[in-house]
Amino acid sequence: MSNQEKEPLFSAKNMKYLTGPFSANNPVIVQILGICSALAVTVQLKPAIVMALSVTVVTAFANLVMSLLRNGVPSRIRIIVQLVVIAALVILVDQVLKAFVYDVSKQLSVYVGLIITNCIVMGRIEAFALGNKPWPAFLDGIGNGLGYGLILVIVAFFRELFGSGSLLGLRIIPESWYAAEGGWYSNCGLMLFPPMALIIVGCIIWVHRSRNKDLQEK
Amino acid sequence: MGLRKIVDNLKPTFSEGGKLSFLASTFDAFETFLFVPNTTTSKGAHIRDCNDMKRTMIVVVMALIPAFLFGCYNTGAQVGLEGLQAFFYGLVRILPMVCVSYIVGLAIEFGFAQARGHEVNEGFLVSGLLIPMVMPVSTPLWMVGLGTAFAVVIGKEVFGGTGMNVFNPALVARAFVFFSFTPSMSGESVWYSDWTMMGAQVDGVSGATALEHLSTTGTMPWSPLDAFLGFIPGSFGETSTLAILIGAAVLLLTGIASWRTMVSVFVGGLAMGYLFQALGVTEYPAWWHLIVGGFAFGAVFMATDPVTSAQTDTGKYIVGFMTGALAVLIRVVNPAYPEGMMLSILFMNALAPLVDYYVVEANIARRKKRGVKLAK
Repeated sequence: MSNQEKEPLFSAKNMKYLTGPFSANNPVIVQILGICSALAVTVQLKPAIVMALSVTVVTAFANLVMSLLRNGVPSRIRIIVQLVVIAALVILVDQVLKAFVYDVSKQLSVYVGLIITNCIVMGRIEAFALGNKPWPAFLDGIGNGLGYGLILVIVAFFRELFGSGSLLGLRIIPESWYAAEGGWYSNCGLMLFPPMALIIVGCIIWVHRSRNKDLQEK
Repeated sequence: MGLRKIVDNLKPTFSEGGKLSFLASTFDAFETFLFVPNTTTSKGAHIRDCNDMKRTMIVVVMALIPAFLFGCYNTGAQVGLEGLQAFFYGLVRILPMVCVSYIVGLAIEFGFAQARGHEVNEGFLVSGLLIPMVMPVSTPLWMVGLGTAFAVVIGKEVFGGTGMNVFNPALVARAFVFFSFTPSMSGESVWYSDWTMMGAQVDGVSGATALEHLSTTGTMPWSPLDAFLGFIPGSFGETSTLAILIGAAVLLLTGIASWRTMVSVFVGGLAMGYLFQALGVTEYPAWWHLIVGGFAFGAVFMATDPVTSAQTDTGKYIVGFMTGALAVLIRVVNPAYPEGMMLSILFMNALAPLVDYYVVEANIARRKKRGVKLAK
């Protein structure tokens, strides 16, 4: 324990665990994890933000708890222990959402429950928390949750703006532009379909890879 | 040969070391546009010929011209004009769409070629004409432009440009506009021009296409001959099966399109049509499927796309047959999509490499077996 206390809480190394997943090690666009929910909850910005925060909380605390338990859990049964921890956290998050933001919780429907199956949560436990101390594991969880959320918010921004003409429910594109009011504009219906989310994620990957040449595959 | 001289004088400026060398691709594109290139491939087993991609694409454009001209006439005829007046009305009506499609598409193509240091590819000469021809004549121009941009960037350039695309770019454009702006691409009024000029009667003109009639009532208010000749509402270039068949003859005589694909698409559509007729699902004759909607247009100009269709001969039969069969299947079974040709071609574009793979594998296995037998 004394060894750990020598290192400051926000040392350069620890900060890297936190900020790495934002860009160079992003779970969605570099590791290609958690795509399924990125397609499902990004039609509008508000559910996407709530989903991002929920996943961040679950990943961070699941990482923390599993890191604390890492020396006590036999490797053979670790998956079931992880599932219990994650499921407990997801139920907590679900209850909190139902209590405070009921309408968003309704909108997200099964996808809150499905955080249990989000590959990022279990992926980070397996890849990081089981081999690291609680504090770095906690930071790694927050970093990955936010890195995932960042992509979700970007995708949802474009989908809501061009698919519904609004952001966070506020009208951005004026009503008078629409054909019904005598204008010429029309919302892009394809934006409301999941395939368009995949195409937007693809475009983000395209831009990201051309700016980070070291990530480009040979 | 004044022009040749001008081009030669300009060349050093755009070549390596010249002032405008960053525009080399653009210059090359215009030079080969004006003159047949005098270079041939020097290495490898190639047929050495001056028939480069530009000439090939121009033949396809020429094959499209009968359908295009008829489309012009029909656009005018649908709003109550006759003769030459109808033709000119349609021509004026469609030209902005053609311009938008070419300007947007070529600008993006030139931009990408320049950024990557490639030659500008000519594939877009055909796509740029196909895009307005597969859309309803009253599609707003900004939708045409957006669809074209989407098709060129997402349908083509992300895969590496001409020759590397998985999906037919013109159909990607149509699919994008269809799913994005469904009200502007289907319904009763979009098939008629809304420009009041030359005395066209555009007020209150509306009506479903032959396909929509068939899918809702099982009959159509036109005779099969009218449908074959093309005097029916529909997307700009797709209505006249006769004009499309003239184009098909050009493509087949010059050997540019594959007759295997073309014939098997028609056979597939007929077979599926007769199956539905035999099962009692549809009442009208199965061959009506081939003369209404975009079936013939898709079969002749889109399913035969050498890039996105199957490469092996057996593969062409299989993919063609499936394309036709699927198109009729979607038309009859799915009430949301009276026209199934677009979706079935795109779907078979995605499956064509798989079909090719198994055709090649089967060939290898067959030859191996024969070899073992001979060795015994």
